[in-house]
Amino acid sequence: MKLTSCLKKLYMGVMIYMNNSYESVMARKNEIMRKSVGIDFDKFETGNIGFDYEALLKEGNLSLEIIKEIQHNNGVGGTPLKECKNITALARKIAKPGYGARIFIKDEALNDSGSFKARRASISCYQAKKLGFKGVIAATSGNYGAAVASQAAKYGLKCIIVQECYDSLGIGQPEIIEKARACEAYGAEVIQLSVGPELFYKFLLLLEETGYFNASLYTPYGIMGIETLGKELIEDCLRLTGKEPDMVVCTNAGGGNLTGTARGIKKTTDKLITVVGSSVNLKGLHMADDLDFNKKSFTTGHTGFGLPFIINPDRSDVPRSSARPLRYIDRYVTVNQGEVFFMTEALAILEGIERGPAGNTSLAAAFSLSQELREDQIIIVQETEYTSAGKHHQAQLSFARENGICIYFGDPQDEIAGKSIVLPKAVNMIKAIDLDLDSIRKKYLQNQFLKSNIICQTDIDFLVEETNTSRDFVMAELKKYNIKVED
Amino acid sequence: MIKKDTWVQIRKIVLKPEQRAKTLPEATRSVPLLMWVKGTLLEDAEIGSNVNIKTVTGRIETGELICDNPSFLHTYGKYIPEIHEVDIMLKKALYGSDDLYE
Repeated sequence: MKLTSCLKKLYMGVMIYMNNSYESVMARKNEIMRKSVGIDFDKFETGNIGFDYEALLKEGNLSLEIIKEIQHNNGVGGTPLKECKNITALARKIAKPGYGARIFIKDEALNDSGSFKARRASISCYQAKKLGFKGVIAATSGNYGAAVASQAAKYGLKCIIVQECYDSLGIGQPEIIEKARACEAYGAEVIQLSVGPELFYKFLLLLEETGYFNASLYTPYGIMGIETLGKELIEDCLRLTGKEPDMVVCTNAGGGNLTGTARGIKKTTDKLITVVGSSVNLKGLHMADDLDFNKKSFTTGHTGFGLPFIINPDRSDVPRSSARPLRYIDRYVTVNQGEVFFMTEALAILEGIERGPAGNTSLAAAFSLSQELREDQIIIVQETEYTSAGKHHQAQLSFARENGICIYFGDPQDEIAGKSIVLPKAVNMIKAIDLDLDSIRKKYLQNQFLKSNIICQTDIDFLVEETNTSRDFVMAELKKYNIKVED
Repeated sequence: MIKKDTWVQIRKIVLKPEQRAKTLPEATRSVPLLMWVKGTLLEDAEIGSNVNIKTVTGRIETGELICDNPSFLHTYGKYIPEIHEVDIMLKKALYGSDDLYE
């Protein structure tokens, strides 16, 4: 018997006798994670609660130029920036005179696999191959699954995608079923689960069983891959208009999209560009509720991910998330489901660009925000996503109606997620609603203080950077919670 | 009878209700965490029986055989008349009329 065969049998024997109960697997979490991403996160820890974020983002030693080349060689990046002239004209019809910034979209649907997620997957798969892993695993119900599967195919890596797809009756969200199809089309094994955060348990078991690379959305690779998007949109805008944009709107869920884009922008220009996060308002729906699961018409880009992740970024599937939107976000707005479906139709009917609805969350917000800016200013919507059966506003509205959701024309602010989808009865009723960022920052700090009631000066510097605020802001919160500061 | 080597889908209980996190909403906590996986059937079997399959990555999974040649049948759904109304509203708002050829 060959040595490798003996070792394999020994390994399988160990696996069989390993305790795979939920509690045991969760207790092994950190060890499984460390092996599966090839990063020793402990070495970045500083103080009592902080860590060296910029050092973590240098992991892999990949410059923006190298990342661009990796992506260029693998069907990623270099997507066109397109001016939405008719949508801009429509915004100007309802804006006050002289207002209505030019709206552009970065047509990220044209990446291989059909979304900006290809940028994130490209660097994870490149790194997995370089480190000698045989395969990659990602836990995602979104476009990231297809992106990882597509990039894995290019590198000859095996690929497993774990997605939350069905309710307990086996009824699947059409958008997620389409993503499963796309993953399979690129050769991936798709593990579909019913509703529940214990998906993470199965994910850990798979990492342990296969020894594959964890192509998490939240590693440094998952973020640095998007920095090229930030860089490109500045360069594209300069080439097309002779100017840099004034505002960039990013659909926000786990925070990686906004983080990577903002970092890329900052590496490319010194101009202060307003970075806006935009999420679909799903207030009232519980993300882990079996009954609520099929009552939502957006499976990503919504507040159900956006808010928990912005106030607690380290709730992700790696010990320290590299997606930290609070460091970069200037405004955080929400739009309602009916508004996004409306603008998805507007993109098709007025601009001749048919794209998936989730990616248009930021377009709906931009249509409203454009009216706050002057006509000579520029606003960029930094993504689109592919569309298909299931992943289309027609399919989503049909599914909603089948699930008893009331669809009608009215004031979108009257929409109740899980009960109604309100399409605006007039174009001027589309309104991006600002969330109170300072209140979000305070909630973030409150979460940090749960980790330790004694913090040091390094931690204070960390928290100032994390919240993009001042020492005074952080000190005031420290005082409120009676947190001691060590010298 | 489904023949060995057929492409099939299985369903498996990953966690029973009593094994689920106590913090979950009641509707989720009261049902099992289910998993669906596809692969090649490793032995002749009837629908509903417990079987082994080999997935595309070469893993072996065990579970209840639920169908052979599983298909994707998702669609664009039933026609939503409101979308046509949105089109009319958009064209009227931009061009002053929904008939561009008037």
